[in-house]
Amino acid sequence: MSAIPLSWWIFVATALFMIGFYVALTRKNAIAILIGLELMLNATNINLVAFDRYITPARVEGQVFAVFVIAIAAAEAAVALAIFIAAYRRRGTVDVENLDSMKF
Amino acid sequence: MVEQIVFFIFTILVLGGGIGVITTKNIYYAALFFSASLSGMAGYFVLLNAGFLAAVQIVVYIGAIAILILFAIMLSRRMMTTKEQQTNRQTWLAAIASFLLFVALLGVVMQVTWPLSAEKHADNVLVLLGMSFLGSYVIPFEVVSVLLLVSLIGAIILARDIQTEEGRE
Repeated sequence: MSAIPLSWWIFVATALFMIGFYVALTRKNAIAILIGLELMLNATNINLVAFDRYITPARVEGQVFAVFVIAIAAAEAAVALAIFIAAYRRRGTVDVENLDSMKF
Repeated sequence: MVEQIVFFIFTILVLGGGIGVITTKNIYYAALFFSASLSGMAGYFVLLNAGFLAAVQIVVYIGAIAILILFAIMLSRRMMTTKEQQTNRQTWLAAIASFLLFVALLGVVMQVTWPLSAEKHADNVLVLLGMSFLGSYVIPFEVVSVLLLVSLIGAIILARDIQTEEGRE
């Protein structure tokens, strides 16, 4: 068994998830909100790989899931940044408080 | 013992990077702190016997996503205007909500007795990963590759400058 208890990984992943959550809630710049989302996805990845290592060490299912998470995060980041650049070109800002024309 | 020291060093990188993202006013520095956090996570994956994921983390996250974010920041902001307020008015509310959720999640998760396995970890992780991707997970794998292609084309179309292209014709 490894020298590091499983609870340490869970603690770090939870703390990182909450940091990402806080960033996504408070920032006004859309790109900073995207950074917060990516931090949350990464925290999830730490958990997936840690559980894979401690609960099913002879198999690699957790790592397979983590690879899928990374691939989908990459797709999401590419589309989101393209939308931000198009919005900046049209509106001159990526501040989410000014991008509210779809708000009811 | 050595593993624990290495774990603490990477934890400083990961959580320090995250706290840097929160505290810095400059969005460009926030993206740089974000890449520091990502590199710490690559170290975590090495500790967790996931060398392939560590390489993927560095190549895809730091090499592609973080650089893409830096480019988007440079394309969409005047870099020197760091004076303006970067956060909305709900800072305290969000801080309290995140902290309470953190305590609640930890309280629940720490009570669970995980079915820890005493088995030895697999030596041939890369072989097993390859078998999984082209074996039991072949359909999700293909779907993800189509998804990546779709998002690639979609990103190009979204970011294209329609007005200047029309002017050129």
